[in-house]
Amino acid sequence: MVAFNLPLNSRIGQGKTFPAAPGAKNVREFKIYRWNPDDGANPRTDTYQIDLDACGPMVLDALIKIKNEVDPTLTFRRSCREGICGSCAMNIDGGNTLACLKPIEDCKGAVKISPLPHMPVVKDLVPDLSQVYAQYRSIEPWLQADSPAPPDGERRQSKEERAQIDGLWECILCFCCSTSCPSYWWNGDRYLGPAVLLQAYRWIADTRDEATGQRLDALEDPFKLYRCHTIMNCTDSCPKGLNPAKAIAEIKKLIVERAG
Amino acid sequence: MAQPHNNAHIDIMRSPLGRARGLGSARAGASHWWAQRLTAIALVPLTLWFINAVIHLKGAEQTDIIAWLSSPLSLTLMLALIVATFHHLQLGLQVVIEDYVPDHAKKLISILAIKAACVILALICIVSVLKLGL
Repeated sequence: MVAFNLPLNSRIGQGKTFPAAPGAKNVREFKIYRWNPDDGANPRTDTYQIDLDACGPMVLDALIKIKNEVDPTLTFRRSCREGICGSCAMNIDGGNTLACLKPIEDCKGAVKISPLPHMPVVKDLVPDLSQVYAQYRSIEPWLQADSPAPPDGERRQSKEERAQIDGLWECILCFCCSTSCPSYWWNGDRYLGPAVLLQAYRWIADTRDEATGQRLDALEDPFKLYRCHTIMNCTDSCPKGLNPAKAIAEIKKLIVERAG
Repeated sequence: MAQPHNNAHIDIMRSPLGRARGLGSARAGASHWWAQRLTAIALVPLTLWFINAVIHLKGAEQTDIIAWLSSPLSLTLMLALIVATFHHLQLGLQVVIEDYVPDHAKKLISILAIKAACVILALICIVSVLKLGL
């Protein structure tokens, strides 16, 4: 439901400022959302002044520098630092993206960083993703076929069939798209959201899968699927350049197609 | 409503998967979505035709308007315009309510009230047009 104000215990206050080392010439401010479940305090925004001459080019480089050299209490997820694990998804400079793929120089002024929007926060930049993971599980993201696999174990596809899941299999489940979607913000308990619907279509579009009808049955629902109003924030935010809005449109087209 | 984070009470212990599956698929929504698109497309020519007709009838006497509306084509297109407009209105407002009203009872009452209002308004328009045109 739409709320115009944050609850009192979620209002964000002014935090500490960590100045750059003396003599730093190329200083950039990073304003980072902080919240600790253990101290009973409201969230706050801490400001870190970072010497970019002594820092890697990406926002994740700055976060790691802060954690290693300035403030070890700063908490965030990261793993591969090359855009393939999806761990460092967060809101940077007003848009959801992967910190490891976002150049600092692309940000205007102070770099504002907060967790993925509208998700429960575990700590600092770490959101609780239990709901999206469960929604992903609910679309049964695995190959379902009644035909036994060939003796050599490989279910085969032509090159053309394989090409039908291009633009779908590349999704790394970072959930930048789902957490950028207003429909998912308001109705995330029932709407599956763009990431999970793109994954659902990934299995619908896979010619090796034989459960297409059951998959469409499970999606044909005013809330699970039709909360998508083609707002397109999903496609705009995807750090992998994928198009969840198009995948959702394909699902809607197939449901109309099978009706007549 | 959000609880203060030092409150130890947990009010939902159902598993995330149980919550995600919820009541399952309604196996509905496609015809609503499709009808919304079709009425939108139908309204483009119908509305342009209606605007054009109103411009041409500017300053006309009541008898001229009745004569215009008495032609089978004008009367039919007027009725089509009314049905498409109110059907589209009802479908669109229902989506707005579903988006923004999470309480089930309030949602149901609002949607039924909107449906009733759209049907009544559409019937008033249809009866008015028929009284003039027939």
